Amino acid sequence: MGPETLIGEIRARLGPAVEGVADSFGDPVLVLRAADVRPALAALREPPFDYAVLLDLTCVDYAAGEGRFELVYHLYSLSRNVRLRLKASVPAADPAVGSLVGLWKNAEWLEREVFDMFGVRFEGHPYLRRLLTYEGFEGHPLRKSYPWRLEQPRIPMKGEG
Amino acid sequence: MDPRTRLERQARPESMLVNMGPSHPAMHGTMRIMLELDAERIVNAECEIGYLHRGFEKTCENRTWFNLLIYTDRLNYVSPLINNLGYAMTMEKMLGLAVPERAQLIRVLMSELSRVSDHLTSLAAMAMENGAFTVFLYMMKAREFLWDVIEQTAGARMTTSYIRIGGVRADLRPGWRTSLATAVGETRRVLKDVAGLLDKNSIFIGRTRGVGAISKDDALSYGWTGPCLRSTGIAYDVRKAHPYLVYDRLDFEVPVGECGDSYDRYSVRMREMEQSLRILEQVAALIPDAAPLPAGPAIEPGEAIRRSRRARAAGPIRLSPNLEGSEKERLAGLTAGDGRAGVPPKEDAYTTMEGLIAHFLFFMNGKGIRPPKGDVYFSVEGGNGEVGFYIVSDGTDRPYRLHLRAPCFHIVSALDELIKGRLVADVVPTFGSLNMIGGELDR
Repeated sequence: MGPETLIGEIRARLGPAVEGVADSFGDPVLVLRAADVRPALAALREPPFDYAVLLDLTCVDYAAGEGRFELVYHLYSLSRNVRLRLKASVPAADPAVGSLVGLWKNAEWLEREVFDMFGVRFEGHPYLRRLLTYEGFEGHPLRKSYPWRLEQPRIPMKGEG
Repeated sequence: MDPRTRLERQARPESMLVNMGPSHPAMHGTMRIMLELDAERIVNAECEIGYLHRGFEKTCENRTWFNLLIYTDRLNYVSPLINNLGYAMTMEKMLGLAVPERAQLIRVLMSELSRVSDHLTSLAAMAMENGAFTVFLYMMKAREFLWDVIEQTAGARMTTSYIRIGGVRADLRPGWRTSLATAVGETRRVLKDVAGLLDKNSIFIGRTRGVGAISKDDALSYGWTGPCLRSTGIAYDVRKAHPYLVYDRLDFEVPVGECGDSYDRYSVRMREMEQSLRILEQVAALIPDAAPLPAGPAIEPGEAIRRSRRARAAGPIRLSPNLEGSEKERLAGLTAGDGRAGVPPKEDAYTTMEGLIAHFLFFMNGKGIRPPKGDVYFSVEGGNGEVGFYIVSDGTDRPYRLHLRAPCFHIVSALDELIKGRLVADVVPTFGSLNMIGGELDR
């Protein structure tokens, strides 16, 4: 089955959640509305699409853009052997998107990483906490507004006051 | 937010909290595992990563496309060539470059050498954590032979930066067939010895069979790939599912396990190494011998510059082979040969003004490699799973965003579930069987 038919099927299933379809260097890309991310991905996880693996989740900071943060999901269907990229934009003021915890188990860490690095909140995440940096780290390192070489204030050791 | 972790908040008052790591003497790798213990039994566990800070992704956003290659080496220090390959092939997908066949074969050769050395390191550490120190020494010995082959060609053992965008840096060193044959033979012998020591060893089986087991569905849900996923019985291998380079022309099998426990992860890696050795032999037979360079006086670069100061050089100057394997004549078969991607030949930079300008332009800010705008994802089969790069280019000389899909990240995220309900003594061998690499967990 060609990628066009697959994209057509997915569009028909997801309806208005899909804002657009693109092709980037041969990879099929679907653009979703941020509010529909969780239900749309839940639908894609079930047969007939069977995207059982959440390969990757990351975020891109388009500092100047309208929807500042773009979340990028990579799904993989083992039975059909196809990958799919989905994108959703969230605004700079209070960026938030539905959490995928409950659908995929690795979403817990992936979403914590995006929260840590970009400051995007995931609604419904049971344990949204910094993953790679520590509690008390100031700012979000992968935002474009975060300087490349910024020293964080030293944190006191336990019992040091 | 509450500075206490979930584990600390939920722990029962009568249980003991123990930290393993970030640099526990029994663990390899910098990671913190907090354990809630009821005597020796683990009631609850929580993992904390991020101790190996380099800021990989942020650093890459501030480096040019060519210069960030060295950072990809350090993602996984036992198979740097596969990390290089993943990045280089992602860039080639963006630039639309076709890589010469000789370079493709060399790339396969190098990635399989890396895969075997990756598995050897991982199993050696795992065996040592189970008390089998002899296995560790045997496997380190085999790794030395493999790294000799890599060192002869790439010039380094770990930080190779050998695979370049558009091809490879240099040709294989003369005499590589002999050292490769030695490496394959020695590794086979070590694998046989190790299988004899471990396969039916009751201590090893007792400590790994049924320990750290995961179901197929959970492994998929955690996004596992590589030998860890295959140990549960799912035959997903990027080399078969999305063939790249010349893998579709090679004959190899994808070994799978049965129940996804630590023993299965060991046996899948052992069988996979045999397949990789088979690939090495097939590829070696496919790589034709390099044509000898046309004879002529060879001189040092410094001497070439001194001579050209005194008088115009008569005829083209051929540089001495201290640029081993990367002589201008050889580059045609090794890189895509289109000035957008590869470093221009060094001989030209030393001897002609145009070559010097081309060399400067390649490395100057705002020049060099500039892929078209867009985003791309590409992945290769790394030592412990699918190594993918997601790159956003805004058409300038450095990435707007570069994200690594690290196989370890997904595998380690399941660790707390794997060790829940087991004993403290199971933590380290289970952790060892996952093959965690700190460099990959870093962002």
